[in-house]
Amino acid sequence: MSLNPARVAREFPSRYRLEAARCSGCGRVAFPARLVCPHCRGTQHSPVTLRPEGKVVTFTVIHVPPAEFKGQSPYVLAVVELAGGVRITCQVADVDPLAVHADMSVRLEFRRVQEDGEAGIIAYGHKAVPA
Amino acid sequence: MREVAIIGVGLSQWGEVWGSSLRSLWTEAALAALADAGVDKVDTITVGSMSPGLFVAQEHLGALLADEIGMAGVPATRVESACASGGVSLKAAFAEVASGLASVALATGVEKMTDVSGDECTAALATAADAELEVFHGASFPGLYAMMARAHMERYGTTREQLAMVAVKNHRHGALNPRAQYRQEITVRDVVRSARVADPLNVLDCSPITDGAAAVVLAELSVARKLAKGRPIVRIAGIGHATDCIALHNRTDMTTIPATTRAAERALAMAGKRLQDIQLVELHDCFTIAEIVVLESLGLCPPGEGGKQAESGRTALGGALPVNVSGGLKSKGHPVGATGIAQVAELTTQLRGEGGKRQVAGARVGLAQNMGGTGASTVVTVVEVAS
Repeated sequence: MSLNPARVAREFPSRYRLEAARCSGCGRVAFPARLVCPHCRGTQHSPVTLRPEGKVVTFTVIHVPPAEFKGQSPYVLAVVELAGGVRITCQVADVDPLAVHADMSVRLEFRRVQEDGEAGIIAYGHKAVPA
Repeated sequence: MREVAIIGVGLSQWGEVWGSSLRSLWTEAALAALADAGVDKVDTITVGSMSPGLFVAQEHLGALLADEIGMAGVPATRVESACASGGVSLKAAFAEVASGLASVALATGVEKMTDVSGDECTAALATAADAELEVFHGASFPGLYAMMARAHMERYGTTREQLAMVAVKNHRHGALNPRAQYRQEITVRDVVRSARVADPLNVLDCSPITDGAAAVVLAELSVARKLAKGRPIVRIAGIGHATDCIALHNRTDMTTIPATTRAAERALAMAGKRLQDIQLVELHDCFTIAEIVVLESLGLCPPGEGGKQAESGRTALGGALPVNVSGGLKSKGHPVGATGIAQVAELTTQLRGEGGKRQVAGARVGLAQNMGGTGASTVVTVVEVAS
């Protein structure tokens, strides 16, 4: 994926600050925030910030990565359920891949996710690490 | 709605076809289908193609390809739903014939995947996942299906060997299909010991990268009867289409594909059929786990029992419910936009009794399931021999 500056910057609220939206109609949380609640189609929301802790739901170890991630492989990619029920896809870092398991407790840390060559944009976001 | 029949089928050569371009592959399939149908003009053309812009830097395929077979002037449109592009191409053409907008339609699919590097191909395919929420973090398609596989293994005890048996079965079938990309048989040991891609999936759990095109000619039933020349007439009894969220993590349950369940319910309801009526299935085995999860999502086995279907022989040629006798995506190949059309072409061939060494004896009702992404788009088609 090319790292267009505007495109990267648009995602700052969710990727940098874990900002989400709680639907005023049904109370479900959408992450990132959306204009329409995917559950009840409500359009009134209030901002919430996700707590950076959760559990691994399922995971894989990527041995053949996309080009942007060649320097990182093998790496663990997981679906993580955060406190409050929101699920995200992210890497699990600072861990022996063989030690990762479902239900493992993790917390999210702000990390470098990918970069556009030596002189291009560095895109940050969250990775999970063992809690 | 008018009844719609499949009156012609055609495939191009499938594989790493370095000597053929997108347009020449498509032309080969289209001409074969038109010749099989015995027609030389159509009222409309649909082209399923996932990402010609990224694979060969060419969009606007409808007009390009209509002109390529001397049919400039005919309405022609590309339709896209990732790897379900072939399925939605069929549905678009079906809708035109069923509604009376067209009398004869050419429904096609094509993908030319080997003009780009492996990395570029991976990136193009990854556009079927959520770019901001999945791909940004390093997800690949094998990685997403690997997470489904692990969830299924942990919940139901599905084994590494059961995954492998899907590939073994489909290669055994593909060995009987002269059109298949990989016609050699493989063993469970081969799969388990092949190179790791995304744990627990290895390279032999994955469908290959394929150049290819497929085409079918649809016509209203009265036209089909005039052109049948004694061959059985195959009709589209039902077609169902459904969507879901494309980010896998937003699904409540990652061991099932709800869009497949909904699409199948819609197709069976339109056809007035029950699952027990289905005699053979072509389904979207882009990865071994996909065949297992899709069998369960279709309702063709209980949840958690998908891993046992290839193992027991039920889904093999000669079993009670043959699945992917063409070789499936795994062995026959997976030119993504062509797959949904090729599945229905295979069912038509089988229902006509023209399946050769891979013929399912006495088959009269078949089901095709074609999906995009991790199943966020699914098209299910039920075909039967018209009485």
